[in-house]
Amino acid sequence: MTEFHRTQRAMRTMRTAAMSRGVIALLDIGTSKVSCLVLRFEPPEPANDTVIPLYRQSAMRVVGAKTICSQGVRYGEIDAMVETERAIRTVVQAAQKMANTRVDHVIACFAGGDPRSYGLAGEVAVSGGHVDEQDVARVLAACDMPDIGPGRDVLHAHPVNFALDHRSGLADPRGHVGATLATDMHMLTIDAAAVQNIIHCIRRCDLELAGLASSAYVAGLSALVEDEQELGAACIDMGGGATGVSIFLKKHMIFADAVRMGGDTVTRDIAAGLQVPMAMAERIKTFHGGVYATGRDDREMIELSANSGDWEKDRRTVSRTELIGIMRPRVEEILEEVRARLDVAGFEYLPSQQIVLTGGASQIPGLDMLAAKILGQNVRLGRPMRVQGMPEAARGPGFSAMVGLALFAACPQDEWWDFEIPVDRMGGRSFKRAVRWFRDNW
Amino acid sequence: MRPLSADPRYPRPPQAARRGPVVAPQKQHAPKPPRRAAPSRLAFRLERLWLTPFVRLVTRIGLPVFCVTLGLGLWLGDAGRRADLIERYLIVKTQIQNRPEFRISTLDVAGASAEVEGAVRALLPVGLPASRFAIDLDAYRAAIRRLDAVESVAIVVQSGGTLEVRVQERTPVILWRTARGIEMLDMTGHRTASLTRRDARPDLPLIAGQGADKAVPEALAILAAAKPILPRARGLVRVGERRWDLVLDRDQRILLPEDNPVRAVQRTLALDTAEDLLSRDFTRLDLRNETRPTIRLSSAALDALHDAKGITSAKASP
Repeated sequence: MTEFHRTQRAMRTMRTAAMSRGVIALLDIGTSKVSCLVLRFEPPEPANDTVIPLYRQSAMRVVGAKTICSQGVRYGEIDAMVETERAIRTVVQAAQKMANTRVDHVIACFAGGDPRSYGLAGEVAVSGGHVDEQDVARVLAACDMPDIGPGRDVLHAHPVNFALDHRSGLADPRGHVGATLATDMHMLTIDAAAVQNIIHCIRRCDLELAGLASSAYVAGLSALVEDEQELGAACIDMGGGATGVSIFLKKHMIFADAVRMGGDTVTRDIAAGLQVPMAMAERIKTFHGGVYATGRDDREMIELSANSGDWEKDRRTVSRTELIGIMRPRVEEILEEVRARLDVAGFEYLPSQQIVLTGGASQIPGLDMLAAKILGQNVRLGRPMRVQGMPEAARGPGFSAMVGLALFAACPQDEWWDFEIPVDRMGGRSFKRAVRWFRDNW
Repeated sequence: MRPLSADPRYPRPPQAARRGPVVAPQKQHAPKPPRRAAPSRLAFRLERLWLTPFVRLVTRIGLPVFCVTLGLGLWLGDAGRRADLIERYLIVKTQIQNRPEFRISTLDVAGASAEVEGAVRALLPVGLPASRFAIDLDAYRAAIRRLDAVESVAIVVQSGGTLEVRVQERTPVILWRTARGIEMLDMTGHRTASLTRRDARPDLPLIAGQGADKAVPEALAILAAAKPILPRARGLVRVGERRWDLVLDRDQRILLPEDNPVRAVQRTLALDTAEDLLSRDFTRLDLRNETRPTIRLSSAALDALHDAKGITSAKASP
């Protein structure tokens, strides 16, 4: 635990260094696309006193952007290291060229690695009359660590709630008077091998990893509006290889999970069902895809061209109804899986049960109607919020994780390792401990 | 639609049929999976290096400057080459300076008397014709200005190889008699020329005394005020470098005050008009004290006065 703690702190330090340098790259390693943004942080403009810029967006600006087709990634995890490394190199180089600057620090996000959520609770007696930083550190350390299993790492650990005696829902307990401090923490663990693969790939590209995020979490940051984050909502990020589910309440993520199916699964179904190459399947999915068939769709014929050399095979046509007949069961299956995850998380007990569909696969026509049948009535399609300088081509729902990563870089939420370390665990720093002892006792 | 599992309608001929008497069997290359273009690691690193601001700066500015400096330094390190370069430069410079466009062949002096023109011609440092660059025009102008008779001078190099010197001479307005001789002065009291004889310029008034040249404007004002008595005046004498004496014939002298001598002269003229003062027999008219003008009679007049009053100097004296 301490080792990972240190790694996360080192990443946070690196991010601070990158922010002070002013340039940072964001990397979204997805199954169907790898995209890179180069962010430049500028001193915020002198804003009015009354209007606070949402998420301090004016402070950052996208100066370079590039999206390429992904290689070597399956289910949101790195499958072929060399191919992925080449893809990262290509995309970073193009984004650097557009930004006309060199980028050394990268914040990456990915969807795979089988994320699992844990809710942690801790309780501790307040040492002085007031809650101070050390009390917060102790209560965070007092959370009982669940058995996350071998070969897994903590990716996010957000203190969601602080409770002091009988008062709950405190965002910041410091300075409050009380006797017992309790906290609820949400912890997201992930497969350590997947993380190590990504770290290795990025190191091979001479880049420094300044942060790592789950794409379900960052997609929620950008696709949900503030009210939804406050009152409770689920963000379904339908990517290429994996569909991320994240539930937000009180502006904190309280649950995240991923379904290892996505748009590419649908494409593969089409390719298998119609016996066409993957590129062709992707093309007809994009142009003619849907989940609701009407009578007119029987007459809309889609040409299936292939270059197998067989005339009969290369000159086939299918109706759009057939295509929908292939796509719909898979989409339904994905949504059923999502429904199961939401049920496990207890989504129905939230005060507001808004569901936001985002991600590249959420562009299937009629998906919101289908999702309303499976997931609940409050369904909307989410697009990422606007970031200064973002290219027009990168403003679709497929880039909500990318934009969320920009927000994650600009104003990260406090995670466990951002708080102080409790004194008794701070081994090896005897001088610091002595100073602290003097300060506490004199 | 035919079932996909059906046999192809136009089957390819079997491979064996096409295989002829081939010496070595052709190796079938397995089709490689299409690799998308990606920069190699080296290209990626070089690109990143190039995007580093310091490297860009050094390559774009530092390296060319270094190369040029190094090349010049190596080439100029040899003393012979350096001397050769300087010599070539000087040759080119001389060739340009000696072109006919820059030649000055005549000197044209305007507005000067004969003596001054002779002096101006004598002051020209080089003999004509000469290049325009051989004459230091500023020094030449300064030398001309140092002539006493010259008030101002303008030098113009005109097209056609003419150097025109326009001279404004000082006009003498007054004569100054000193122990060394007679000088002619202009309005400001600057010397213009010397005279040997007073008769040479009888039209100019005469002043004398030490420091008289410094008060020439005042003297001119006094003389202008004393115009009616000028035929009797012999001149003005500076006394103690502070005030003037107006010297008349018959050995008469009017002592003017230090302040406002012109009014004293006007007062004298008024007294003369009213009481015919100046034709009286006196030697000094002292106007230095404004409230108490004093007159000193000549000895003959004094005796006559005493006689008229019935007193004798012998009786008066004890």
